[in-house]
Amino acid sequence: MNNKFINGDDAVAEGVRLARPHVISAYPITPQTITVERLSEFVEDKSLDSIYMHVESEHSALACAIGVSSVGARAFTATSSQGLLYMAENLPYASGARLPIVMMNANRALATPWNIYGDQMDSMFLLNSGWIQVYVEDAQEALDMMIQAYRIAEDKNVMTPMMVNLDGFVLTHTYELVDIPSQELVDSFLPPITMPNNSMSIENPKSLCISAGNDFNMEFKIKQENDMKNSISTIEQIDKEFEKVFGRGYNGMLEEYMTKDADAILITTGSITGTTRIVVDNMRKIGKKVGLIKLRYLRPFPDEYIRKAVENIKSVGIIDKNISFGYEGTIFTNVNSALVHLEKTPNMHNFIGGLGGRDITKQNLEDAFNSLLLSANGEKQDRIMYMNVRCQND
Amino acid sequence: MNKPKLKKWKEPINISNYPLGATCESNHLVSINAGWRTYRPVINQDKCVKCLRCFLVCPDGVIDKSKELLEIDYDYCKGCGVCAYECKFDAIDMVKEEK
Repeated sequence: MNNKFINGDDAVAEGVRLARPHVISAYPITPQTITVERLSEFVEDKSLDSIYMHVESEHSALACAIGVSSVGARAFTATSSQGLLYMAENLPYASGARLPIVMMNANRALATPWNIYGDQMDSMFLLNSGWIQVYVEDAQEALDMMIQAYRIAEDKNVMTPMMVNLDGFVLTHTYELVDIPSQELVDSFLPPITMPNNSMSIENPKSLCISAGNDFNMEFKIKQENDMKNSISTIEQIDKEFEKVFGRGYNGMLEEYMTKDADAILITTGSITGTTRIVVDNMRKIGKKVGLIKLRYLRPFPDEYIRKAVENIKSVGIIDKNISFGYEGTIFTNVNSALVHLEKTPNMHNFIGGLGGRDITKQNLEDAFNSLLLSANGEKQDRIMYMNVRCQND
Repeated sequence: MNKPKLKKWKEPINISNYPLGATCESNHLVSINAGWRTYRPVINQDKCVKCLRCFLVCPDGVIDKSKELLEIDYDYCKGCGVCAYECKFDAIDMVKEEK
């Protein structure tokens, strides 16, 4: 074991170094900055044999990565918030061309009001971009997912770019003991990139980013959708293989914690999972039957797994660190859609919190669980509840 | 390099047989694209000295120099007239298309 006391941004940089991308093109933005600073230092001190492209914007950062991937090389980029939205135009270019680019996104609020702290409004914006989206719980998972992400994205049955999301500040700037695997071990797990049939070469010239009008466009999109949906089995298999090689895995699409006999559960993504685990443990000690589902992937969406996990649970709460204005939390909408196939759906509640970096405390989570337990007992609770609000909501 | 010729596109029977992403084999023209031409350029071979100015300026690359005389690929020529305008020997006439 080679343990280092580092923050989430450092962990991402270590993971990327081990994955050996050919080119890194990125523009610094809080709270992703440390990652790209470290990577440029690694390139400078030659501990990483990559080209670091200093681009003038996030739009260019992803455009460069698309160019790199188009000739069959391994590309990495990283961004956050406004930066992610600035590169938004290029996201479907990459996914439509089926280029296995890996991106780190440090989840951060969107302006305005201006705010640099963590919520998940930014990546929710790009849920429809055709990128695989995974959310990590801690720095170790962040490092490990950089290595897994290239295996998943570059798998010949997947060939889809992947966004690894980690909560701004709570993960990016918080120090943890992280195991850095050896290069030999990573090399044995992650072979050099091979592109199946969609990259440019002199011997086999290709036309890239072709047009497909109303006559053929739809078939391309259906193929993309089929492959994205089918990627679930590949993601699970790669996670299992990772566990065999590195001694730790993440239960594939989602992780169930104390759900088997639970009356009420919370569905979480990212760093809030860790706090919720502790609250579940504490409440279990006083006999309250609560549990949690750590939802790791939002695209592809593991609807079948969610159905199975909640079918015998009386009330389910979804924590959303985002609002789809005019409706509700985005994850809530997605989970509800998965449950319409159940004969009897649980009581569903949406807890919206953490916006602009607002704390979600252990007490807030305990309150949420108590509300869900009341709901399970037949007492009416609001469908949408805001967590940790400073004043009355009229 | 000369302009590739029309090659019939074999339509896939299954979605899985579609190309991976927006990528296809190069030099693979699947359909004629000249429908909006009003005037067609016609080379007067007596005047043509094969200077290749038209070959260089044609925005669609439809002038074929692989044979002894220059030829225009009317399957792709849009009739823009750049070749006729640029020709120093007035060797290209723009002739009205007739149905």
